[in-house]
Amino acid sequence: MAEYKLLTKDFGAVGLQTLKGYERVGGYQGLRDAFAKFTPEALVAEVKTSNIRGRGGAGFPTGMKWSFLPKDVFPRYLCCNADESEPGCFKDRYLIDESPHQLIEGLLIASYALQVNISFIYIRGEYHDQRLLLERAVEEARAAGYIGRNILGSGFDCDVIVHGGAGAYICGEETALIESLEGLRGQPRLKPPFPAVKGLYGQPTVVNNVETLCNMPHIVQRGGAWFKALGTEKSAGTRVFCCSGHIKRPGNYEMQLGTPIRELLEEECGGIWQGRSLKAFQPGGGSMQVLLPQHLDLPLDMNAVQEAGSSLGAGAMIFMDETTCLVDVSMRLVDFYRHESCGKCVPCREGTYFESELMHRLEAGLATRAELASLADICSNMDGRCFCPLGDTATWFVMSAYKAFGDEFEAHCGAGRCPVRAQATALVA
Amino acid sequence: MTLQVETRTAIERARDRYPVARSAILPALWAVQHEQGLITPDAMSEIAGILQVTPSEVEAVSTFYSMYFQHPHGRHEVIVCINVSCALRGAEGIVDHLERTLGCASGETTADGAFTWSSTVECLGGCGGAPTMQVDHHFQENLTPDRVDQILGALRSAGSEGEAPASLSAAASGQDSDESPAQGSAGETPLTTPKEPAPTATSAPVVKKRPRRPGKAAQ
Repeated sequence: MAEYKLLTKDFGAVGLQTLKGYERVGGYQGLRDAFAKFTPEALVAEVKTSNIRGRGGAGFPTGMKWSFLPKDVFPRYLCCNADESEPGCFKDRYLIDESPHQLIEGLLIASYALQVNISFIYIRGEYHDQRLLLERAVEEARAAGYIGRNILGSGFDCDVIVHGGAGAYICGEETALIESLEGLRGQPRLKPPFPAVKGLYGQPTVVNNVETLCNMPHIVQRGGAWFKALGTEKSAGTRVFCCSGHIKRPGNYEMQLGTPIRELLEEECGGIWQGRSLKAFQPGGGSMQVLLPQHLDLPLDMNAVQEAGSSLGAGAMIFMDETTCLVDVSMRLVDFYRHESCGKCVPCREGTYFESELMHRLEAGLATRAELASLADICSNMDGRCFCPLGDTATWFVMSAYKAFGDEFEAHCGAGRCPVRAQATALVA
Repeated sequence: MTLQVETRTAIERARDRYPVARSAILPALWAVQHEQGLITPDAMSEIAGILQVTPSEVEAVSTFYSMYFQHPHGRHEVIVCINVSCALRGAEGIVDHLERTLGCASGETTADGAFTWSSTVECLGGCGGAPTMQVDHHFQENLTPDRVDQILGALRSAGSEGEAPASLSAAASGQDSDESPAQGSAGETPLTTPKEPAPTATSAPVVKKRPRRPGKAAQ
């Protein structure tokens, strides 16, 4: 197992961003096959067979999510979640930048399977150029008869609307995304009812990540059984991993699931930069718990990483070398959650405030040991007590880092400055 | 202030496109901001009229999302990411350089009204090219102080001649557009085109001043 190009196979082909370029590499054949070979029900079954799990973070089986839609309740809606805002995550941007039509084809295949006549792509406000690219691709696809009435003579109608967000991480949470799409403040809804039953405009709704949908043309063309055989038993297929931090070659790498993390780091990313060694890494983006060098031999498998106490999350790998201050990293992540908390529930709104104030004092070397001791208290009053996962995950990295690097956290207490940075500066000098 | 005909038309088209008109609030606010450079109470009332909601509902939405401005910004918007991936690769050095070069703090506008800049913990999604910033919505990656100088310098010289192309506001409405704005063409597509004289550092209200970080990532 190693790098395996499924979604990214044709990336770099001339004009892939245009309809002509995409058709040249076999684009939209998956949609034709879907119409020719599958009824909508059979297509849902095929996606179930593929064992594909959602690529947005939670890893929920996509086929199962689709099968939760109540029968005979229409209209239904499909929303593509392109609100990618997880710290360290930039794969959806890459997938859209390189091949916008692959996403649109996947969206149309899913729309056909779910019998959806209006689908949305909710893209974060910061991805302005990507939104324009998608809008242009949608118009091209419409002009060519892939979007609109009676698509390719199949009798299936589907419109696609690209909807731009405006700077809110919380809108990546599916019910907040739906609220935002309805023209409201992006605050999460109480579940149940789940979106599959009562989602957008109170109708059955499915929300799928960009990468999940990009897999659909390949599952249709190669079959669910083929896809299932790729990767591991619990994590089928490939994933695009966003690698960043202290590595020689940051970037997106599509890997067959099951490949050891070490291979991704050493062969694709070129290893840790400047001849230094790895201190810690975060395997699933800003929300996920810290892992250590001894975890490098873990396979890129959602369950295996979970058993090690973290998660592959949204597929963002942030590598940190020996000079990194874990208190500083924790502070930045906590600041992020404080900034992005929607304010709906008290544990998150107040908890992220207290966390952030404490971490700033700690990083500056001003916090006392008693203050540091209150960190666990703050976090335990948040994790599992917030309205949505944003508040829970605001505690995961900082608590795992405190557990793994307790000495480093304690060395900051009363030090009057960041001891790690002081040491790193001395090393470099 | 009344909205331009094109902006109203863009909002009406968005309204007609969605199954429920109120879904067009976000596209409508984008269209207004691209025309006027900010979201004013008058414009919100006008949006409310077109979409058949109350002005307070439009205001509730516009103040929730961090990319809508309630106060005038400079002609160019510079946003620097200081989240983990960028911090690990020197974002604070870029922040310090911008503060020195532009002569104002994060969240403020330069005296000549050319730039509003801010550092943000909201990950921009440019981690593979860290450190990263966005200038007028376009990504600028693998930054060094020299590269920052080049980017800002190009904008200053372009700014003395050009105005915002209409394509940005047309495309921003979330509607069909025949325009094909060039990708990544920083320097040609200002985010906002204020109708009024640009604010100065002393008079401009600070829209969102984020706390400066006392600590810096170890390099």
